[in-house]
Amino acid sequence: MSFNLDNPELKETRQGFADALMVLGKENPNIVVLGGDVSGSVKTNIFRDAFPDRFFSVGIAEQDMMGVAAGLAVTGKIPFASTYGEFATGRPFDQIRQSIAYSEMNVKICASHCGISVGPDGATHQSLEDVGIMRILPHMTVVTPCDYNQTYRAVLECAKYDKPFYIRFYRDKTPNYTDMNAPFEFGKADTLIDGSDVTLIANGLLVWEAIIAADKLKKEGISARVVNMHTIKPIDEETIVKCAEETGLIITCEDHQKNCGLYSAVAEVLSLRRPTQMDYIAVEDTFGESGTMEQLMAKYKINNEEIIRKVKKHLKK
Amino acid sequence: MSTNPKLTSIEDLNEMARQIRRDIINMLLISKSGHSGGPLGLADIFTALYFNKMKLDNENPNWDERDYFFLSIGHVAPVWYATLARRGYFSIDELKTLRKVNGRLQGHPAPSKTHGVPGVEIASGSLGQGVSIAAGTALGLKLSKKSNHVYCICGDGELQEGQIWEGIMTAAHHQCDNLTVIVDKNDCQIDNRVQQVLNMDSIPEKFRAFNWEVIEVNGNDMQSILDGIDKAKAAKEGKPTCIVAQTFMGKGVSFMEDKYTWHGVPPNNEQGKIALTELTKTKFGDFVELEL
Repeated sequence: MSFNLDNPELKETRQGFADALMVLGKENPNIVVLGGDVSGSVKTNIFRDAFPDRFFSVGIAEQDMMGVAAGLAVTGKIPFASTYGEFATGRPFDQIRQSIAYSEMNVKICASHCGISVGPDGATHQSLEDVGIMRILPHMTVVTPCDYNQTYRAVLECAKYDKPFYIRFYRDKTPNYTDMNAPFEFGKADTLIDGSDVTLIANGLLVWEAIIAADKLKKEGISARVVNMHTIKPIDEETIVKCAEETGLIITCEDHQKNCGLYSAVAEVLSLRRPTQMDYIAVEDTFGESGTMEQLMAKYKINNEEIIRKVKKHLKK
Repeated sequence: MSTNPKLTSIEDLNEMARQIRRDIINMLLISKSGHSGGPLGLADIFTALYFNKMKLDNENPNWDERDYFFLSIGHVAPVWYATLARRGYFSIDELKTLRKVNGRLQGHPAPSKTHGVPGVEIASGSLGQGVSIAAGTALGLKLSKKSNHVYCICGDGELQEGQIWEGIMTAAHHQCDNLTVIVDKNDCQIDNRVQQVLNMDSIPEKFRAFNWEVIEVNGNDMQSILDGIDKAKAAKEGKPTCIVAQTFMGKGVSFMEDKYTWHGVPPNNEQGKIALTELTKTKFGDFVELEL
């Protein structure tokens, strides 16, 4: 697979969500959407304008939003509840736990503005813990698509399952590079670049950084494999173990706290099945701050330069 | 259709409510853990709903035409379990398994889909969530142009949870006239009288201010409850209805009545014996004869 590294197409992942919702809305009258006042930001306003009867505004009340979504699911509707990552997970955690996860309600929580990507808004709006607090819940499927195409496909696909999902995406335009026609299955990782010296297991925003890193490392004679682990739960154990067997060193790459996210999920698999040297690219147990996405990725060491530095540190080249 | 048919006379309904109270005492004597006061206070309301007012089919709990019932205060589970068993959702013999491992009668209700009993739509226990859920279900039914009614029971102390008021706003904004919330106003919560813990006075005025219809009933008087539910279902188009039901915690057992200390504890054998003497036997028969 080749990538247009110099001039990639840029598209918003949240637009992928909005476009998929429109397709679902046309196909299935049971699709309903909850609005928590930020419908313009998370782009559910597009669905609202097309299907006003199936859009329910609950105001700035995320706890209520999760409860209303669960109640709609009781009647066989397929509710999509969407707001910013922090307000979709942290604020209504107990509601999600009891009324959605424990009760196995068919609610799709779709969170935009996740991770460090909301840059200038600062730490209060940068959800760096959302994957951890969703991943710990039984019955929850947790997905972090890496680009517009994959967000679109994940949103379309999740509606086929009668169970809760958490899907995490971003505000800003990011490179759009995955193949819309390639196989896509929850819990099945995509190997985007093959390699033999190290495996970079990345998700979301960091997949592109891993691709750039692998390209630069190749020029220095280091063969880095890049795996897009879009589903964090259930995680693709077989691919992780296979990578450990074939490349040794595993470095996880995510825009999330280093605790409880992708790094933890991969370490949980390897510690049990194949202890392997690991390292991580993640936020170092700290809160973020205001700045542009690029500035913050550099400052918090979650970009391709840092991936390269860590690979070289371990391979001692 | 129903194997245990609805009851029409006030005498029968009152007798069933007394049997449910006996069941609650027996269940708690066996489990030695659980809540006494709230369940006893709610026995009349549960009887009115399940044995007279709600559309249901115990043989087919997911019947499309059923009225939906949500219990926001999950800790009063014993009254719900006893009512469901008496109405034929499952065997009364299963009431012996309250709070027992590998059983379905969880301390706080779980849906049948998870590992609970038929008739329970969704989990509850963490307070404050029921009105939002009931509003969601009311919206789903309206969207499908269905006439099923939605009931939700809340506690007065529970109204201290902020989410309740979010749900109240949502139900009013979206004109959920197919929703009736019943507030079990027993003036008690686990720590003290509600007024002492955090004052919840003027509940009817609060709901009216949020654009709900309000009906006040005596929640321990069968006729008053039945009339209140009828009024709620016939209430103003475009508005959800709140029935504020004045009840007594521990109703029917003299030493428990109106005592907040009976919120979260079961009776011991001696207390149970007195309670079962006060709540005289009924024609419906007990699910167990305990040696006390």
